[in-house]
Amino acid sequence: MSDIVLRADGVGKRFGGFTALSGINLEVRAGERLGLIGPNGSGKSTFTNCLAGAFPSHDGGFTFKGEKLAGLKSHERARRGLARTFQLPRPFRGLSVIDNIRVPLAYAGREAATDEAAMACLESVELAGKASRMPKELTQVELRRLELARATALKPDLLIADEAMAGLSHTEVDQILALLFRLNERGTTIIMIEHVMRAVTEFSQRIAVLVAGKKVADGDPRAVLSMPEVEEAYLGR
Amino acid sequence: MSDATLPGVTLTAPRRMGHAAFWLAAAAVGLAVILALRGIGSEYVYFVSTIVLQYVVLATAWNILGGYAGYVNFGAAAFFAAGAYATVAFGKAMGLGLLPCIGLAAVVGGALGFGTGVLTLRLRGAYFAIATLCLSVVLQTIVVNWSYVGGSRGAYVLRPRDVPWPFETYSGFLCAVLVVLAAASVAIARTIETSRLGLGLAALRDDEQAAEATGVPTLRLKLVATTVSGAMMAVAGAPLPFIGSYVEPGSAFGLSYAVNAIAMPLIGGTSSWAGPLIGAVLLSSLQQAATVTISSAANLLIVGVLLVVFVCAAPHGIIGLFRGRR
Repeated sequence: MSDIVLRADGVGKRFGGFTALSGINLEVRAGERLGLIGPNGSGKSTFTNCLAGAFPSHDGGFTFKGEKLAGLKSHERARRGLARTFQLPRPFRGLSVIDNIRVPLAYAGREAATDEAAMACLESVELAGKASRMPKELTQVELRRLELARATALKPDLLIADEAMAGLSHTEVDQILALLFRLNERGTTIIMIEHVMRAVTEFSQRIAVLVAGKKVADGDPRAVLSMPEVEEAYLGR
Repeated sequence: MSDATLPGVTLTAPRRMGHAAFWLAAAAVGLAVILALRGIGSEYVYFVSTIVLQYVVLATAWNILGGYAGYVNFGAAAFFAAGAYATVAFGKAMGLGLLPCIGLAAVVGGALGFGTGVLTLRLRGAYFAIATLCLSVVLQTIVVNWSYVGGSRGAYVLRPRDVPWPFETYSGFLCAVLVVLAAASVAIARTIETSRLGLGLAALRDDEQAAEATGVPTLRLKLVATTVSGAMMAVAGAPLPFIGSYVEPGSAFGLSYAVNAIAMPLIGGTSSWAGPLIGAVLLSSLQQAATVTISSAANLLIVGVLLVVFVCAAPHGIIGLFRGRR
């Protein structure tokens, strides 16, 4: 189908004798908002790292915009429009806020690396006023916004927001959600990996659930969250 | 009110001199230094200036990988000695003078840097540092057992009788060459620092995985940095045989080069091209002063004491002190 932006075919990943992911099949449509949830250790971050190219997958593979990603390094995937944020904000601490944005602009080559383009990215996350500050001067929610701005500077077709709301207050979660909605409205497909269930249910058009490295559910959010397997995974028997 | 709607917000990015303007300024300063040294015309001043400038090139070169990319190279002496022995080998084999030997030393150092990068750049932190230290040991062992370049007994290199115009002595010519090399190395470092390459190196220094995720080809950039840094460190060592007319493995691979190459940028500040320049001029001048007033054995003692003081009191070096006050 032509509107499939990402397809995972039987993705598997092992760390020594431990199987972190097993036979993950997943399709994400262009412009979709997908929630990827699961308890700690279920393989969400491993899936993200395999997709972003940080880890090689042992079985299966990904197809992104019709192109196989096998063999492509992280920076090559980023240049093709696959962006990610990290669970804990990882700004370039030796660079100012605007220089943090200049890096993807200069290297991903999907937009001219001008001051105007960098400022536009910062304005989109309401950080324009702190362009010349250093990351250590930012609050936690501002660091999250900087992560998102750096990812959006890649002009991504697909963004994986990996726990972008962890540790934030109710109001701050709403701010990040609003940013993600705006980004999605501009055409970016978003996979939200999150433990804040209010955010996931509010944001996602579809939810996939990983448990112990396997996908146990995939579908309408309300239906998925009421499935016994999902309740069991989160609450136990 | 969001930050985006704050009235009158402007970027405070400093106005930077363009690359061409900086190269011209470096050339003008270099010319002024050559004329000033020629005005003094003392053989001792030529000698001391040559040593100081050699350290400027070495420290600036080290900082391209160690400072900009954050990969600490303990094998600076290996690259420096590779340059010195390239002069000995090519001089003997082809009868070449100093200038072509400097060019060939750059090629040798660049190739050595590239090879080292390919073999070691998947290592990080202490593992990379130890690997580069091993390179120095391996290379020294090869040179000690290579009789063509004098082996363990060393090699003599006679200075040419004809001194290039308009210099009156070969020491003056040698010093002028080092001035040009120092000015060029500082200009190269500054060009890298303020370019797309410098931005990518700064990103990978802070977080390699995040840099990759933003499109930075980290391995390629590190290879560029090791190659350029290696070539420049070898260039710093290339004039060594002509300075003392003699070179032997013990001195060419000396601990002082390895330690100074690291200490000078750290004391001056690794984040800017000016840091290694300030550190090299300050530290090597102090060492030269100590050599004639106390003893040459005090050199490394001075480096050690200053390094401990700066690491504790000013971890970002002299440049960091000034930036902190702004």
